[in-house]
Amino acid sequence: MKIIVCLKQVPDTETQIKIAPGGEKIVTDDIKWVMNPYDEFGVEEALRLKEKFGGDVTVIGMGPKRVTESIRTALAMGADKGILISDAALEGSDSLGTAKALAAVIKGLQFDIIFTGQRGIDEDQGLTGACIADLLGIPQVSLAVKLEVAADGKSVKVNRPVEGQTLVVEAQLPVLITTQKGLNEPRYASLPGIMKAKKKPLEEKALKDLGLDPAEVGLGGRKLKIIKITPPPARAEGKIVQGETPQDKATELARLLHEEAKLI
Amino acid sequence: MAERKIFAGGEFLIGDVGHGDVFTPEDFTEEHKMILETAKDFISKEINPVIDRLEEKNHELVLDLLKKAGELGLLGTDVPEEYGGMGLDKVSTTVVGEAMGTAGSFSVVYGAHTGIGTLPIVYFGNEEQKKKYLPKLAGGDWCAAYCLTESGAGSDALNARTKAVLSPDGKYYILNGEKMFITNAGWASSFVVYAKVDGQHFTGFIVEKTFPGVSTGAEEKKMGAHGSSTRPVIFEDAKVPVENLMYEVGKGHKIAFNILNIGRWKLGAMTMGGCKGCVTGAVKYAKGRVQFKVPISSFGMIKQKIADMAIRTYMSESMMYRLAGMFDDKLGTLDEKAKKSGAETAKAIEEYAPECSISKVYGSECLDFCTDEYVQILGGYGYCSEYPAERYYRDARINRIWEGTNEINRMLVPGTMLQRALKGQLALLPAAQAVAGELMTYSPLSVQLPDTPLALQQHVIKMSKKLALMVAGVAAQKFGPGLVKEQEVMGKIADMVIEIFAMESGLLRTLKLIEKEGEEKAKYHIAAVKAYVDDTMPRIESWAKQVISHVESGDMLRTQLAGVKKLARYQPIDAINEKRLVADRIIELESYPF
Repeated sequence: MKIIVCLKQVPDTETQIKIAPGGEKIVTDDIKWVMNPYDEFGVEEALRLKEKFGGDVTVIGMGPKRVTESIRTALAMGADKGILISDAALEGSDSLGTAKALAAVIKGLQFDIIFTGQRGIDEDQGLTGACIADLLGIPQVSLAVKLEVAADGKSVKVNRPVEGQTLVVEAQLPVLITTQKGLNEPRYASLPGIMKAKKKPLEEKALKDLGLDPAEVGLGGRKLKIIKITPPPARAEGKIVQGETPQDKATELARLLHEEAKLI
Repeated sequence: MAERKIFAGGEFLIGDVGHGDVFTPEDFTEEHKMILETAKDFISKEINPVIDRLEEKNHELVLDLLKKAGELGLLGTDVPEEYGGMGLDKVSTTVVGEAMGTAGSFSVVYGAHTGIGTLPIVYFGNEEQKKKYLPKLAGGDWCAAYCLTESGAGSDALNARTKAVLSPDGKYYILNGEKMFITNAGWASSFVVYAKVDGQHFTGFIVEKTFPGVSTGAEEKKMGAHGSSTRPVIFEDAKVPVENLMYEVGKGHKIAFNILNIGRWKLGAMTMGGCKGCVTGAVKYAKGRVQFKVPISSFGMIKQKIADMAIRTYMSESMMYRLAGMFDDKLGTLDEKAKKSGAETAKAIEEYAPECSISKVYGSECLDFCTDEYVQILGGYGYCSEYPAERYYRDARINRIWEGTNEINRMLVPGTMLQRALKGQLALLPAAQAVAGELMTYSPLSVQLPDTPLALQQHVIKMSKKLALMVAGVAAQKFGPGLVKEQEVMGKIADMVIEIFAMESGLLRTLKLIEKEGEEKAKYHIAAVKAYVDDTMPRIESWAKQVISHVESGDMLRTQLAGVKKLARYQPIDAINEKRLVADRIIELESYPF
């Protein structure tokens, strides 16, 4: 089974995000970059399928050189080869631009299943997976929390949550599946895995290798423009309800909820 | 990258070490970074969620975690590949040790298992012993322990009473005796045990839990590390097969002392990781705790505490990785045959025995400082076990005691260096004489410093080396071989040497960073070094004066004190401001900033 995992590098969830002057970007100087957690589920699922059906796992990432670190992590977890798409002309691409670049690389590869995280935790758009599937003309199943490939390796059954219920979807391979928390528990990059990853192939591709029109991608090709980024409002200080008796306190609480918070 | 110059153990005190000669965390390879991430992931996903259960001395849980750590390769960094380990460099071991520093009691299990429990077999086991035991230990299938201490043999380790006698059929050594304070005793499957063959020849043995006559006593009730097991191990006519004798009869001290060197450096790495945990815990609390309507992190004295914790940790971190790099460089010079020989490897590490002692003392005292301030910043909450500061505080205390008390290690720093000087291996005496000569004509007023970052600090560290050499020289001349009996003098010389190594490690790392990334990117590192040197220089001067005042009298005392004054001349800087700069950065990042 040929499996492809697309991964994005995003700021670590512990990072203190600062907005750059101008309000359209974040300050990237102090950021610790990690593999998008939703993509980790994809890597893990790909490795499990490989263990069951054989085949190989290719991870593809896009961005500056530092993205190599996340690709290496996937290789250390057990993926077989990596591809980094890195080109200054691709910087600033929106989800569609990113999908075009990824799809251009994937077109040159054999694949049965493509995994992407259901969204990147940085911009939270959740579009890239669907765009890639569309560009490749294959079905997409989103938000997978359980996945079962038929014994003959020709179709897949995917569970996805819908409003407290579970929807079971079946699709023929090749298919693109976006992964959601709950699908699996991603493995660690073990120390032996890390040392092996050093020797695994990691190919780098530039825009010229993709056969894309530079106008379609990068900042110039954006269909979506970020107008402004604002931080969430600071949390107001808590309030301790005063009162002599529990009854007094409850009355006061009810009054505050009604008059100040306007919740009841 | 240019080759790092290899220095002899203790040579930093007399030589000019360049910033190109030290390994720093900024030199981590991609693999080092990934190993650090894996180790940290292991702590946050496997240890932190169960830390309360771990504190209850949960036998199954500990062994389960050890197995998981083994599967990830975290236990095998020092074990060669052919015996089921990873055979990685010492920087990798330091990286794992650092991460384990925040693992609470599991760090104690890990430290004893991978260090003193496993390494004697790595370095001094024979082929069969390595094949039999190392895969189980590196894989975490077996837990290991180390039995050196006895009730009457603590710091005086060779005074052991445990005895080994060859059985009449020549197949077993029969061990009798009792070891004390044995970490992991309650759940270990293998013990490295020292006993005197025929009551005379100090010798190492590998003893399995299931050998007849081996048992453990009651658990000690300890101040901290409650999740670790500490018991006596008792040998009553214990039958140990002759093939389990380690190395050679009567050569146990060689194993014991070499392993302690390594244990000291590993301990240093773990304490440094713990310090980082304190900084992060303290700053997160200080930012959230509001008093007088503002977060307490906005108060100057709290800022100063946070900065002091991080700055000392920076020195500790710089020191531990510098030493790891020194090991790797030295081990890199061994030929293929020597690399395979554990005894040769241990010998190469023994070269840096003074630095190992320095790391142990500095690391453990830095951690005690950090845990103390961590509790203080949390105030009343710091005293309650609901917050981790209280556990950190209790857990840290043992580190100044084991692997050789900090007093023993303070004796060893100048002791080992003087011994090597007398054997002609370390040119301490000529260096001390040179300083005495220089002092006649040296005038601190004529010193012109270049206008480069940290030039003043570089100069001051150079001068403090001369000061330490001068003081050691004067003391050695006065007391001769009797100097070792002047423990207070030895201790103060050790303090000077330890602080010099700390300051220099931070300085060289920062200079290397400036060269690589420029001054702007290194501005907090620069502030840390400036502030630390400013704190430390007066302490060094004070130790020097105390020693000289004890050693000399009359005119000689006045002359020597004038010499001290010349060498220690230093105009203080605005360290309060430097610390504010560092503190604001920590508060912004909410974590250790370097």
